[in-house]
Amino acid sequence: MPETASAPAPVALSPATLERIRAARDRYPSSRSAALPALWAAQDQLGHVPPEAMVAVAAELGIGPAEVEAVATFYAMYFRRPPGRHFVQVCRNVSCALRGADAVLRHLEAELGVADGGTSADGLVTLESTMECLGACGGAPALQVDRYTVENCSPERCAALVERLRHPDAASDGWEAGH
Amino acid sequence: MPVEELRILTRHLGQPQVTERSGYEAVGGYQSLRKALAMGPEAITAEVKASGLRGRGGAAFPTATKWGFLPKGVFPRYLCVNADESEPGCFKDRVLLEALPHQLVEGTLIAAFALQASHAFIYIRGEYRAQRELLDRCVAEAYAAGYAGRDILGSGWDCELIVHGGAGAYICGEETALLDSLEGLRGQPRLKPPFPAVRGLYGQPTVVNNVETLSNLPYILEHGGAAYAAHGTEASPGTRLFCVSGHVERPGTYEVPMGRTSFRDLLELAGGVWGGRQLKAMQPGGGSMPVLGPEHLDVPLDFKAVADAGSSLGAGALVVMDESTCLVEVSMRLVDFYHHESCGKCVPCREGTYFESQLMHRLEAGLASADELRTLADICEHMDGRCFCPLGDTATWFVMSAYRMFRDEFEAHCGAGQCPVRAQAGRAA
Ligand SMILES: Cc1cc2nc3c(=O)[nH]c(=O)nc-3n(C[C@H](O)[C@H](O)[C@H](O)COP(=O)(O)O)c2cc1C
Repeated sequence: MPETASAPAPVALSPATLERIRAARDRYPSSRSAALPALWAAQDQLGHVPPEAMVAVAAELGIGPAEVEAVATFYAMYFRRPPGRHFVQVCRNVSCALRGADAVLRHLEAELGVADGGTSADGLVTLESTMECLGACGGAPALQVDRYTVENCSPERCAALVERLRHPDAASDGWEAGH
Repeated sequence: MPVEELRILTRHLGQPQVTERSGYEAVGGYQSLRKALAMGPEAITAEVKASGLRGRGGAAFPTATKWGFLPKGVFPRYLCVNADESEPGCFKDRVLLEALPHQLVEGTLIAAFALQASHAFIYIRGEYRAQRELLDRCVAEAYAAGYAGRDILGSGWDCELIVHGGAGAYICGEETALLDSLEGLRGQPRLKPPFPAVRGLYGQPTVVNNVETLSNLPYILEHGGAAYAAHGTEASPGTRLFCVSGHVERPGTYEVPMGRTSFRDLLELAGGVWGGRQLKAMQPGGGSMPVLGPEHLDVPLDFKAVADAGSSLGAGALVVMDESTCLVEVSMRLVDFYHHESCGKCVPCREGTYFESQLMHRLEAGLASADELRTLADICEHMDGRCFCPLGDTATWFVMSAYRMFRDEFEAHCGAGQCPVRAQAGRAA
């Protein structure tokens, strides 16, 4: 029997998350439409979407856990395993590639001691370069760290970014300013 | 005379607090919605028809005509705003979402009223999380002011406005995949016909329009469709926000009149090819569209003229490549993108993009034989026109057009043991 069809594991979602899911569900003409918002709510709380969360989402939406799993695994932005505390996506599509994206990636790999697709040993950062065009071609080469876009990524800017991620309380030298 | 932008769509760009409702109202925001509510659906559609507005999402379908396809008397109806922008080289919707979010909200409400839609959904790509949160705030401000929700501005018309975040899937920009995604399913395209206008979201009549398309509506209602059309030419009315990127001095978005402006003008606005280098190639329209060369610089930004040149204005991008660019490498990047984004629904796309990608990597590394290059061309020929949706078809357009235009360069890679273009430029792999 597939794992997700077994008896629900202890519900992992907080009251606030459940509230968000129910509010979304009630806004749509069909509750199933809240699948993506519900998975986002779960991921915002847990950092990723484990099977128990899928079961809980399914129960809220009145659909089967396998249906939720089918959705959760289709979309690239739902993590099935916990990522690092920060998620850094380096765009290597055409416009960024033409302006040095590969060098940016190599630079970050060296600086963070992590290979593309991996998570640094200290759990600080997950680095990824296989994804869609970030839609920031006007500031190529660009990367996204969590919800912020960092544009015109020079090696200095990458170094400042890593410094900032390692020491979040230190004075910012404004790596967000490129956005 | 130096080329200049013509700011119609972006006329309020950078004005104080224009991302807040009060700031937007201070520059006349939401007056067009009031006007629209007084005019009524038919008069609005007539004005949009007079504007000649064509969809900015890529297919350039006349907007008023699309609206006219909704079957009469069938309710509820839905409007979906396509903010999934993920075509490589496109970032204009990002600008409109970040800098002029209330203009989009107003345009959305005008269209929803013209269509008599009960719900309008703005489907925004997952990566645009900050933009989604901004939009959420703007929508809340619109509700608070009575522009959305029940009995909008006392007109008796109700409309719910919902911002829906995607989660990382290029295919969800395709309108029927977007609908499936919005219904809480995997985002895979539906068979057409029936078109969304007849059977769309939840099986009901639905219009899907792009962010830029709808952001033009406040101007069109304020100044009239004829005034909007007059900015361009008869065949290509109005202005358009073009995204210029790649090897130029000043990458960015530039709004110019259609038809009267050429690729050369656009390149000039962006400061020309960087470092005084020569232009080798350019890709208009976005990652899906065929390549053009320096000989096409004087082609006007007109739908037909660009089609006659062998490409398309698509979603309004222009990626510029200088003399040092390897077209095989660029093709490889694009093919990798389509391979990664293929939704897996149909075999020609799922398997075709896989083989394309394998062969492109071998070719770029100088490892492919001449036979393999022929196989690549063969695979592309068999994919184009045989995929379930345009994603797979267009996954072949750039590479095949580049192969035709730069045949020597492609052939020189065969058995070279390295990328000959990089080797010549002394660049590392
Ligand atoms: C693979 C694929 C991806 C697409 N992505 C987008 C997109 O991100 N944004 C968009 O507006 N249209 C996109 N389109 C076009 C839509 O299907 C649709 O034509 C458009 O949203 C209609 O709006 P318009 O008439 O205002 O242009 C895409 C089409 C395909 C085939």
